[in-house]
Formats: sequence, C-alpha cells, structure tokens
Amino acid sequence: MTVVNHSDERANHFSNALLDVLRRVQSGWRTIVILVPFAWLLIFFLAPFIVIAKISLAEVVIASPPFTRMIEWTDNGIMTIRIVFDNFLYIFDDDLYSRTYVNSLKVSIISTFFCLLIGYPMAYGIIRSGPLAKKMLLFAIILPFWTSFLLRVYAWMGLLADQGTINNILIWLGIIDDPVRMLYTEFAVYIGIIYTYLPFMILPLYANMEKLDQTLNEAAADLGSQPTNTFFKITLPLTVPGIIAGSLLVFIPATGEYIVPDLLGGGNVQMIGRLLYNEFSRNVDWPVASAVAIVLLFLLVLPMAIYQYYQGKAAEQ
Amino acid sequence: MVGQQATGVQDISETPWLDKDADSLVRIKGITKKFGEFTAVNNVDLDIYQGELFCLLGGSGCGKTTLLRMLAGFETPTSGSILIDGIDMSEVPPYERPTNMMFQSYALFPHMTVEKNIAFGLKQDKLPNSEIDDRIDGILKLVELQDYKKRRPQQLSGGQRQRVALARALVKEPKLLLLDEPLAALDKKLRKQTQFELANIQEQVGITFVVVTHDQEEAMTLSSRIAVMDKGEFVQTGTPTEIYEFPDSRFIADFIGSANILDGQIVKDGTDHVRVSTELGEIYIDHGQSIKEGSPVWVAIRPEKIHLSKNAPKKSGPNQAVGMVDDIGYLGNTSIYKIRLADDRIIDVTAPNQIRPKNRTHLITWEDKIYLHWDASSAMLLNK
Repeated sequence: MTVVNHSDERANHFSNALLDVLRRVQSGWRTIVILVPFAWLLIFFLAPFIVIAKISLAEVVIASPPFTRMIEWTDNGIMTIRIVFDNFLYIFDDDLYSRTYVNSLKVSIISTFFCLLIGYPMAYGIIRSGPLAKKMLLFAIILPFWTSFLLRVYAWMGLLADQGTINNILIWLGIIDDPVRMLYTEFAVYIGIIYTYLPFMILPLYANMEKLDQTLNEAAADLGSQPTNTFFKITLPLTVPGIIAGSLLVFIPATGEYIVPDLLGGGNVQMIGRLLYNEFSRNVDWPVASAVAIVLLFLLVLPMAIYQYYQGKAAEQ
Repeated sequence: MVGQQATGVQDISETPWLDKDADSLVRIKGITKKFGEFTAVNNVDLDIYQGELFCLLGGSGCGKTTLLRMLAGFETPTSGSILIDGIDMSEVPPYERPTNMMFQSYALFPHMTVEKNIAFGLKQDKLPNSEIDDRIDGILKLVELQDYKKRRPQQLSGGQRQRVALARALVKEPKLLLLDEPLAALDKKLRKQTQFELANIQEQVGITFVVVTHDQEEAMTLSSRIAVMDKGEFVQTGTPTEIYEFPDSRFIADFIGSANILDGQIVKDGTDHVRVSTELGEIYIDHGQSIKEGSPVWVAIRPEKIHLSKNAPKKSGPNQAVGMVDDIGYLGNTSIYKIRLADDRIIDVTAPNQIRPKNRTHLITWEDKIYLHWDASSAMLLNK
C-alpha cells in the first residue's frame, strides 16, 4: 500500500514539475508574442518620430544634412543643447499653414462623409446578396488595389481633363458646347479621394455588418416595425462601430494625402501633403517640414485615440 | 344529470378539435413550401383553436420551423393559404400580422436594455408612454424579471434572456404566439423547470401558442395537441396521450418514446380481440382492429408496459415470454432491462424502482432467468 502511495506521489511530483515547465514556456511565449509588435512599433514608428521631432526643433542651414545639430560639443568639452521653436512659431504665424490645415481637414471630412454615403449602401447590398454575388462584389471592391495607385490617378486625369473622356462624350452628346473644367479643381480632388478611399470604408463596414444577426431584423419586423424603422432603430445603431472604423480609415490618410491633390488638384487645391512636400524638397527646409508633420500628427492623434477607444470597447464585447 | 351535462360542455371547450362546429383560430389549407427542388413542407392542413398550446414535433429538417416561419410571415408559401382569425395572411407582411414570435436565438436587441427590448413592439403600435410602462411592469412581473429592467441582454443568464424574449413577444398580446425551440438553449434542469412555467404562463395569459420543438418530452409536457412531422408532412396529430398510447403508424410508435416493435401476422381478427403471431409467441390484443387475417402487421409494446417476474407463470398462454437479463441500465428512479430471448432477440423493459433494495443489491440482476408478461390491452397493433 505504502509503496503504491509513494510512487503515486512521485508521479504527482513529476507531473507537477512538468506542468510548471510547460507553464513557464507558455508564459515565455506570451512575452515574445507581445514583444514582437512592440519592437515593430518601437523601430518603425517611435524612432522615426523622434528623429522628425528632433529635426523640427533645429534650424535650417545650407549643409548636409540641412539642419543644425541638437547637441554639440565645444572644443573645451562643454556640451551645448540647441532647441529652437521658431519652426512651430512660423507655422502658427503664417496663415498659409493654418489655411492649408483647415482646408485639408475640410476636404478630408467631406470626402469621408461621401465615402460613408456611398459605402454604407454598398456594404449593405453586398451583405444582402447571394453567396456567389457576395464573393464577386467583394472581389470587385479589392480589385483596384491590384493596379498601381498612381496609374489609377493618371486614369482619372484622362477622364477629367478638358479634352478628356467625360468632356468629349458630353460634347458629342450635345449636352454641353464647351468643355467643363474639372481637372485641377477641388471637385477633381474630391473625386480622387473618394474613389481611392472608398474600399477602406466598405471593408470595415462589411466586416461589421457580416456579424450582425439577421434574425434581429426579423424580430423587429415581427414586433411590428416597418423596414425603414428597423434600419434606423436596429441596423444603424449596431453598425456604428463599423462606421467609426471605416470613417477613421478614410479620414486619417485622406488628411495627409499628397498624390491626389497634387495630380488632380494641380496648384489650385492646397493640402498639407503638398505643402510638406514643397517644404521638404523644393525649399529644402527640413525643420519646417518636420514641424508641419508633427502638427499634422497631433491633429490626427485625436481621431486615432477615438478609434482606439471604440476598438477596445468592441473587443470587450 | 345537470352536472353531467355541464361536464360534457366543459369537455368540448377543452377539446375544441373534436367539435365539428368550432371555429379555428388558425386554418392552414394545403400549405406547400419549396426551396428550389427541395420540398420543406408538403401539402399540410391544420386547424389550431383558441387557447391551445400546439406543438410541432419532429427531427431537424422535417419542415416544422418552415411552417412556423410561414405563420409569422417570414416565408411565403409556394401554394396553399393561411387564415388567422378568418383573415387570409398571404398578402400581410410580418409587421402587420397578429402574431409574435419567440426566436430560438432569442434575437434580443443587444444595444437595448431589457425594458427597451420589451417596449420596442409596443412603441410600434404608438401606445401612450404610461400604458407602455404599465404593460412592461406587468409582463416583467409575470416572468419574474422586475429587477432586471436596466440590464442589457449580454448581462443576463441564458434563462433570463429566454424570459425576456418570451416577455417581449407576449407583451403585444398577439392572437397567436409562435415559439421556435423556446427551451433548446437552456440546460436540462432549467429546461424541465421552465417547461411547466411556460405552460403556466400560457394558461394565465390565454394566448394561443404554437411551439416548434425536437424534444418529445417537452412536447408531451407542454401541449394540448402535438403534430408529429416528418419530411414536410404531418404523420399524426393528437393529444400527447393519443400520440403515445395510440400511435397510428410504426414511425410514430418508434419516434415517440421507445417501443419493442415485432413483426407479426394476424391469426384471428375478432370483434373484440385480435390474435397475432409474432417471434414473441402469440399476442392477444383485447380490441378489434378489422385487419384482414393473414396480413403482415407490427406489434409494438412499450417497455414500461411489460412486467418482469422471477417466478414462472402459473399457466402458459399468450402475452408471455421468457428470457435472460442481458444488461441493466440503472437510472435511479427506473431501470432499463435488456432481456435476451431464446432467439437472441433483445426486449427492452423498464420498471420503476419502487422498493429500496436490501443490502444494496437489486432483486433482479445480470444473467437472471426472467419471465415477461403484459396485459391484453398493452400491445399496439400497427399496419403502416
């Protein structure tokens, strides 16, 4: 009897030790799994941000690199730290910048709104279509990504130009006599941004609607609710997380958009992306360009924080 | 005499389906539903009467849910018609039907509190707020959830959600309440308890219930009548007792409860009895059936209708057999005995464990030689 007990105990000891080792390995893995994205963010986000922040606090010089160093050692071995806030003051002083920021946000907000207006019914339609049609439609949404973004913007230039496809067709049909100016206007920029970012609105909305229990609609109908009422009382409130995710995915990159306002807007639509490019490569004023980037970043941190908040909330549920 | 007459009237009102002149609340006429090539419901006729708790019972894919969804208006019949309170429902959308449904998944609105969920249907009817509040209070009291008004569905247990779903459907006081597997998501103990609660609530509110279920115990406990469905058709419709004790087909005898089903042949069909020869010897049934002599039939005997005895019967005769205990399933309240006969056929017998066994051993045990017998009224004769 005792012998049996003994070996039992030993077996117990052994299995406990084994479990302990396994647990340690597991928790080790857990640390690694968390560390990888942390390292990624550290190397590819935080480090560049610090570099940019540093440059934004320097002065422009004609040299290579074209800005003053933050920390310098004199011959006597004395360290001097030079921090200049002139770049930020300059940005706030010159109303070109504030106007451009405001204009960027305006274009971005209006584009986001139209993306939502077009994207929401599209996502809803995809959800409601048959299994084969659903696959085809989703494929069609993703398909443009397989062509270069630049090429697609050039294609829009061809469509919108004074002698472009749209004007030619309208003249040929006799609807207009003279070409309507579309390229190099704000209208063209809106077209370009809405076209480019529409999939970023549709896909999160689709993912959100996909999870919606269709029987909720039936339950609402069963309780006497007509389809429109059901949409506003049931579907819309339950797709708010998708609306927020999609809107932020459109709003954030659209604010800093460079190619669309540059190619479709010409010099007529000032957006912060173009301004930044001009400062950086034409004026070779890296410190001001960096300051512009930092201010933009903070303008966008706010919606990002909201996005994170809602994501966290969704994850909780 | 007067008393007797009164009882007679009472009987009719409790069993309106027996009354030829009674008006039905729901009249289903020749309903067929096809999904492409697949026929989910095939030419079904049914009358359901005011105050009934009617169960549609069947396995998965038998068409019971499709029939329920046609009553609610979520599916359009391929042919046939549904009348509720005499009004044809073909052109009536779900949101205008006098029916409410309790969904299997409950389909509670996750972004609304319990109170708002229940109020949703009432608001569609544009009722004044004070009445909405009164009704919500009343119904929450009925389902005993007064303290959970402000909770959201995610913050409730399965049983509580089930009761909110029931309250939400009941609060509109529909003419017909449709329940799709109302208890399927609950665990066994809660389910048994809720069965009786549900029947009590139905009795209190007096609303006609149509319940879809795959659980025959649930159907037996709840219903005034049961329709057993298979492959889109009604196999038998009747009270729980009729379905269980008087199945009209082999399918029903086998599907409802368990039964020992024997192949047999009519030896003699008298006016008040039938003799059938089976592999279990001759079986004597004490009621006539008017089936041609010599035609093949089945005889079904419920396991609990067979008596076990360790002593040989005093005289041999029909309705007897002898075998050996092959296996015992001890369930506590009853035991299932698998009795192996001479020809290796296994007969199931259940017996209540009425006597607490002495010395913790049962009277009947493995390998015992055992005698079986049953009453002349017990065997059920089936010819389809």
